[in-house]
Amino acid sequence: MSAPDPVRFLAKNMRVDLALIAGMIAPRSRVLDIGCGDGFLIDHLFQTKGCDARGIEIDMAQVTQAVAHGLPVMQGDADTDLAHYPDDAFDYVVLSRALQAVERPREVLAQMLRIGTRAVVSFPNFGHWQVRWQLLVTGRMPMTPAWDRPWYETPNIHPCTIHDFFSLCEQEGYVIERWLAADDGGRRAPWTRFLMLANIFGEQGVFLLRRR
Amino acid sequence: MDQTAASTELIHTHVTFDDGISLECGTILRRHTVAYRTYGTLNEDHSNAILVCHALTGDQYVAETHPITGKPGWWESIVGPGLPIDTNRFFVICPNVLGGCMGSTGPLSLRENTDGSESAEPWGTDFPPVTVRDMVRAQKRLVEHLGIDRLFAVIGGSMGGMQALQWAAQYPDHVFAALPIAAASYHSAQNIAFHEVGRQAIFADPDWHNGRYWEKHRLPARGLAVARMCAHITYLSEEALTRKFGRRLQHAPKDNSEAINLFGEMFEVESYLRHQGSTFVQRFDANSYLTITRAMDYFDLAADSGGDLAEAFKGTATRFLLVSFTSDWLFPTTQSRAVARALNRAGANVSFVEIPTDKGHDAFLLDEPDFHRTLAGFLRGCAMHAGLPAL
Repeated sequence: MSAPDPVRFLAKNMRVDLALIAGMIAPRSRVLDIGCGDGFLIDHLFQTKGCDARGIEIDMAQVTQAVAHGLPVMQGDADTDLAHYPDDAFDYVVLSRALQAVERPREVLAQMLRIGTRAVVSFPNFGHWQVRWQLLVTGRMPMTPAWDRPWYETPNIHPCTIHDFFSLCEQEGYVIERWLAADDGGRRAPWTRFLMLANIFGEQGVFLLRRR
Repeated sequence: MDQTAASTELIHTHVTFDDGISLECGTILRRHTVAYRTYGTLNEDHSNAILVCHALTGDQYVAETHPITGKPGWWESIVGPGLPIDTNRFFVICPNVLGGCMGSTGPLSLRENTDGSESAEPWGTDFPPVTVRDMVRAQKRLVEHLGIDRLFAVIGGSMGGMQALQWAAQYPDHVFAALPIAAASYHSAQNIAFHEVGRQAIFADPDWHNGRYWEKHRLPARGLAVARMCAHITYLSEEALTRKFGRRLQHAPKDNSEAINLFGEMFEVESYLRHQGSTFVQRFDANSYLTITRAMDYFDLAADSGGDLAEAFKGTATRFLLVSFTSDWLFPTTQSRAVARALNRAGANVSFVEIPTDKGHDAFLLDEPDFHRTLAGFLRGCAMHAGLPAL
């Protein structure tokens, strides 16, 4: 019958970064979590902050899991499905560790800030020293805990650095209200005030954006 | 008003309303009867009612032995104590649709004279054309009669899913959650085409007698059986047919002159379809089949809202669960996804799941653990949001 859906394996094993994201979201707000997996974040936001939190997830097994837990999640693709939401439908639109895996990151960001007043974006930092070091010394594509799939089968088709993301926000005219760099466990690192250091030592960046 | 009266052969629980119902076609039925079954107990504040809407050839016997066929209820694996639609927790109502033939007003009912009195002969083909919206209006009347202002949920598969969508669009403040399963917001050209084949088979039956078959004490059984056989193929999938029957042969019955027999054999799939056809005619009225297939064909929710489906749901607070099945080619996933997207445009709270299965459209009636899990979880989540007491 129909061909199996494309499966994109995203790094979903590090749930601590969701705590950082949750910390950026105001109570009782309307939230859309793109790539919500089994709905961990939206459940957390509903239970602890009374948010009207909904999710989109591309992997059907995860969607089923989430809905079977009573969470409002629909199967959908960040690249194609955001266009179907009206302007300003949400207070926050969240994209956790998935920006590097979408087909058109710039358009997805634009959609997020069209349908939401604010966007919360997290992504693994390709500027991390381990990545730089491996590429420099071995001349091979880096393999790190955050970048753990070989180049020929990675879903992470648009890697970027924290520095790159700053540039993109400036170019697109997005205001960075808050940002932080964290290690892969999601713990907030002390050197976040300095972009240069964050771009070397931060394993992931978490950004709170709004339109100008 | 409430009564359990004997119809010609069978007793169906029903209620008759004497204040008239005006149909979309302009006709006013002065009196209409809704046959229904209920399961579970309505709670004190009447907030735990779930309306189950049946499909084209279904009826109100959703969770109990069917009084004609003796078979289990059509959703007995879903509706009952401890099941996804848990009758320990919810009060379940399942009405027979307007136009049906299991006790609700339909072509089998005695027609009204112009002065409102009952004539001695049934409506037959003169029964006014009804729409899914008319069916839902009749159901609303029943729900009000049962003392329920807001339904906790409306759920149905196939045509039942059309009704669930219609409910949500028509009575948004009276539906907390809507669950259209294997459904669509309109009946596609392909689906209308299959229905037309079925209708033509009925018309072609020599026992049809222009729809007045009762006068001759005949039933257009051959035509209706062919209609059912044709429709039944659309409810399955190639994979399911291959898995169940393949190209296996079986002995053809000796007295069966209609079989094209080589060496006294026929394909199992032929025998299966004939069985489906012949059992169907024992429980279904041909004029009802025409009426209801037509109602499905007319269904186009967006057309009622100026062509934009999102308009039909604008500002709705109803929570939605859409479910489709991978091998369903009659109401394919693209249709459910289109509804989900329209609901997104309307800002609605929508969950949407596609269940992998090879069982085709019929999967919504069958044992699909992922589907049942999804259903149970969604209802549990909604119950929490609706403030229903936990079990």
